[in-house]
Amino acid sequence: MLEVRDLHVKFHSRQRQAVGGVSFSIADGEILGLVGESGSGKSVTALTVAGLLDREKAECSGSVLLDGVDLLKLQEPELRQLRGKRIGVVFQEPQTCMDPLMKVGRQVEEALAIHTNTSREERRRLAIQALTDVELPDPETVYDKYPHELSGGQLQRAMIAAAILTRPALLLLDEPTTALDVTVQAQILELLKKLNREHGISMLFISHNLYVVKKLCRRVAVMQRGLLVEEGDTQEVFYHPQHPYTQRLIAAIPTRQRPKP
Amino acid sequence: MKQALKKLGAFLLTMVIVSFVTFLAFQLIPGDPVTHMLGTSYTPERADALREQLGLKGPLLVRYWDWLRGFVTGAMGTSYSYNLPVSQLVGEKVGNTLALNALTFVLIVALSLPIGLFTVRRHGGAADRCLTVVNQVIMAVPPFFTGILFTWLFSVVLSWLPGKFIEFSEDPVGYWQCLFFPALALALPRIAMTVRMLRSTLLEELHRDYVRTAISRGNDSRAALYRHALKNALPPVVTFLAQTMAEIVASSIVVEQVFSIPGLGRLLLASINSSDWPVVQAIVVLLALWVMLAGTVADLINQRIDPRLRLGGAK
Repeated sequence: MLEVRDLHVKFHSRQRQAVGGVSFSIADGEILGLVGESGSGKSVTALTVAGLLDREKAECSGSVLLDGVDLLKLQEPELRQLRGKRIGVVFQEPQTCMDPLMKVGRQVEEALAIHTNTSREERRRLAIQALTDVELPDPETVYDKYPHELSGGQLQRAMIAAAILTRPALLLLDEPTTALDVTVQAQILELLKKLNREHGISMLFISHNLYVVKKLCRRVAVMQRGLLVEEGDTQEVFYHPQHPYTQRLIAAIPTRQRPKP
Repeated sequence: MKQALKKLGAFLLTMVIVSFVTFLAFQLIPGDPVTHMLGTSYTPERADALREQLGLKGPLLVRYWDWLRGFVTGAMGTSYSYNLPVSQLVGEKVGNTLALNALTFVLIVALSLPIGLFTVRRHGGAADRCLTVVNQVIMAVPPFFTGILFTWLFSVVLSWLPGKFIEFSEDPVGYWQCLFFPALALALPRIAMTVRMLRSTLLEELHRDYVRTAISRGNDSRAALYRHALKNALPPVVTFLAQTMAEIVASSIVVEQVFSIPGLGRLLLASINSSDWPVVQAIVVLLALWVMLAGTVADLINQRIDPRLRLGGAK
């Protein structure tokens, strides 16, 4: 479904390539975990896949094929058609990613308003349905709230609702649980699993937290300094890490969470 | 409701403080209205009698209280130098000053919003860079100088302006023509400042995460700007415009001189010169009221824009 081949990204302002030849693929309905420390290039990879990289500031080469279409070759208007419709994105901090002056419901249904001709009432109905899907209590009230009236966990659920409302083929999750506390984090992971199971949405889940990735993803790819150093079955990578960097990452997990072989 | 009452209370308190400080200032600065009024016929007995007659003899607080009571009921006292009721003197001029200030304000809003948005849409381009330079220059020129330049250009060289001030009752069109160039002179540096302010706030907002989210939902840069960033950029600009209102009031005093507009500014300067304090007091309080009103309106507008500023809104 998604196939990234030999992706290179270089910012004009930097010497080193941010992403230096990365290849991976995601099958239909699969969740791929992408892990690595800050600055390893995982977020840049995600932004490139989402078509959100500022092309004036960075140079990309290689290919990003979404159902056979190379996103890197598309012009801005064609990319815009995909954003929010075929590709949904959920970012790290829900508090700053929501427009503080727009009601939550209007933001949840925004992609629908942009890409389809659905009526206002229909959009509202679908948005409330999506808010129900992400298990927000009292979705009708949430619809009319402003972001500052919700908690971080509630907001992140609403962000996920906004991203899945148009039933995208691919959901990019860039550290979606990092800013949340641990119990909320676990709930969000459960929710993502459920959405993947029920709606068959493929996901690219980015995190620096191996433990979180292990709970959600079957397959995992490990990035270091812009390169993919290891990729494979999550259990396999966890229990028999090949690359020294992966071994170090696993060693960095607090012992209580660390998997016992 | 409770918030509105609190606001009103703060408003009234500020007005009382402003008027009291002006009142106090006139007790402290040198210059005696009685000496001024009697001129060459000054004798200590006459001065004493006049003081008695003007109510200048009682203790400070009592005199302030008398004035305040009078002001609230509309009796603002009598001008020393014109021997006319202050309300009548001020009433004749207040319309002109308000019209000048209002026109200036309209010009600022009507011009700076589109120009600011234009520079942001063309950010980094040649047009944006040119406008930034022009802006710097305009900002540096004080309104009285632009005023002198305008009067010379439009009335002496081009003779577009009528030679004398036309009252509204004589010719409404001519009246606004008379006010247009003074208003423009007043507005120009403020327009430049507002454009710069709007540009920098907008550019800052455009780098925020929610704009990236908006783009990720399929908005183009135009929609991200108008649907999301603009509204978020407005509150500081609205506050800035309210402060600008206060600055217009201050500069209009000078510009009225340059363009010979019979407004409060000229009356104020003349009254300060002749220690005609009832007039000064009334004008200062009126101007303060006007400025405070602008601030309050700005607060109300910002509360409409940003729900976090409403009562119980912020957590």
